[in-house]
Amino acid sequence: MVYKTLSKAFLIAGLAVGVSSGALAADAPKTMMGASDAMLANTCAGCHGTDGVSSGPAIPNISGLSNDYFVEIMKGYAAGTVPSTVMGRMAQGYTEDEIKQLAKFYIAKPFVKAKQDFDPKLVKEGGKLHDKYCEKCHAEGGQSAEDDAGVMAGQWTPYLMIQFADFNAGHREAPKKMAKKMKDLLSKEGQSGLDALISFYASQQK
Amino acid sequence: MKITRRGFIQTVGAATAIGVAGVPYIALGAGKKVVVVGGGTGGATAAKYLRMADPSIEVTLIEANKEYYTCYLSNEVLGGDRSLDSIKFGYDGLAKHGVKVVHDMVTGIDAAAKMVKTAGGQSFGYDRCIVAPGIDLNYGKIEGYSAEVAEKIPHAWKAGPQTALLRSQLEAMKDGGTVVIAAPPNPFRCPPGPYERASQIAMYLQNNKPKSKVIILDAKPKFSKQGLFIGAWQKLYGYGTDKAMIEWHGQQEEAGVVKVDAGSNTVTTAFGDDIKADVLNIIPPQMAGAVASAAGLTDDGGWCPVNLATFESKIHAGVHVLGDASNAIGMPKSAYAANSQAKVCAAAVAALLAGQEPGTPSYVNTCYSIAGKDYAFSVANVYRLAEDGSKIVAVSGGVTPGDASAEQFKRDVAYAHSWFNNITKDAFG
Repeated sequence: MVYKTLSKAFLIAGLAVGVSSGALAADAPKTMMGASDAMLANTCAGCHGTDGVSSGPAIPNISGLSNDYFVEIMKGYAAGTVPSTVMGRMAQGYTEDEIKQLAKFYIAKPFVKAKQDFDPKLVKEGGKLHDKYCEKCHAEGGQSAEDDAGVMAGQWTPYLMIQFADFNAGHREAPKKMAKKMKDLLSKEGQSGLDALISFYASQQK
Repeated sequence: MKITRRGFIQTVGAATAIGVAGVPYIALGAGKKVVVVGGGTGGATAAKYLRMADPSIEVTLIEANKEYYTCYLSNEVLGGDRSLDSIKFGYDGLAKHGVKVVHDMVTGIDAAAKMVKTAGGQSFGYDRCIVAPGIDLNYGKIEGYSAEVAEKIPHAWKAGPQTALLRSQLEAMKDGGTVVIAAPPNPFRCPPGPYERASQIAMYLQNNKPKSKVIILDAKPKFSKQGLFIGAWQKLYGYGTDKAMIEWHGQQEEAGVVKVDAGSNTVTTAFGDDIKADVLNIIPPQMAGAVASAAGLTDDGGWCPVNLATFESKIHAGVHVLGDASNAIGMPKSAYAANSQAKVCAAAVAALLAGQEPGTPSYVNTCYSIAGKDYAFSVANVYRLAEDGSKIVAVSGGVTPGDASAEQFKRDVAYAHSWFNNITKDAFG
């Protein structure tokens, strides 16, 4: 089987541009395909931790997410619509089928909540804000890995803060409802609201 | 109840073990035995992932030292941002995975007899052996340099006491001093390492001894992540100006170090220039770790030729070599590469021991360099095996774009630290 990943990644992006990492594609020899789920997935563990359980703090847990979320975010990295430092370069290395294989491997592993510091005084307020702005999609206090929503309860705080910053700056596109809720949250509750929300997610460690 | 082949083997193995308790290390013909030689990142990862792949395999890891200091991020110890203790790892984590850890020095591997021998007089039979000895320093390539001289003029290319020695010399150096780093020719462990080191030392000097400078004397005409390093040095350390805290001299100037005079702390370049240093760091040319050549696993180049799908030696069947010591054509000698190769190798060994064909491999390398405060960048690649098996091919990836934002360079520092937490846990935990 011939290697076709880059072209697929660009199809995902809907871009008919020259391959930016061109040196890789131009004279690349045919490579072997058909690696198993575990073979593909274990290569991620050097950064994300064995079985996707990250020791953090800036690199997230990738175990126990929803299939849709996992696949979509990987496609987003490959297409450049989800900003990243290395993940874009990585995600372009896998075909759509392989991204599904990675998802299959990691969604079957338990999400292990991060043991991390948080401000206990902010947790109650954060819980209220979560219920008001986030719970509708990020159910069960941000624990649920249903549909295409990311898991936030027990995810590493620095990672969540980077995501909030990217959403807020418009670098990462949020679904319409989420963009509106985030805007409301920031305009009404400000940075202290965001801090409370993050403390609420970090406080969930069991 | 369905009796699987694996379940059957475990049952028989348990029964046999009871019968011969107290007679270790003798092949029982039941559970398969794998001996891993070397407890660095590659060896530790291979041992752990073998046990994860097939808990019926009896895995013994033999490593001379009770603790391992990672070479990666040891430059942060030199810069002062990190303690030596934070790069020290023991083997209790592997023991929890059922790996038998033996602290002894391997002196030979008899591939015909399938036996590993140690300086302590122990013998370990194996069905398959995985060798991950890392690098050895080829002192002989630099006149006047030796293991003894390295006690005074450190290489610090194997972390631990050597790192502490170089750090103490930097701390003791007067303001206005010159640090000389002799960078090695290819191939060597951690291609961006000498340049990250220069950066970390420059950061320390800038904050503490601002009249000082770092001179890199390089045996190569170019180096890894060169554009990113030079960009960082321009932004952070006045590179290219008369106030530059880092100077780089390459093969174009015949700047490679060929000789050292330990008495006067002076090096001589290929061109014939003598350069006196206040602190001298000689990173000599490298080759596969000593046990690899002792076992006849190396070729004329000093590295171990391997089948890139299984990391089985092309010289000795049944012996696999991975990580820095192997000639993993197409991949750099990095901790992440060793970690990734170890997983490919462990899967292949588990398959072969079960009488199956090894599967298609997949590899990754990710490597961060921290050039200064809030300033790091990366190289990251996904690799696959060429269909003819001749090389490992990068199919995506590359380095951080040179025009990355300040925020991206800052984030890569956080990611570098998280990467360190995870790769060390993935290998040793």
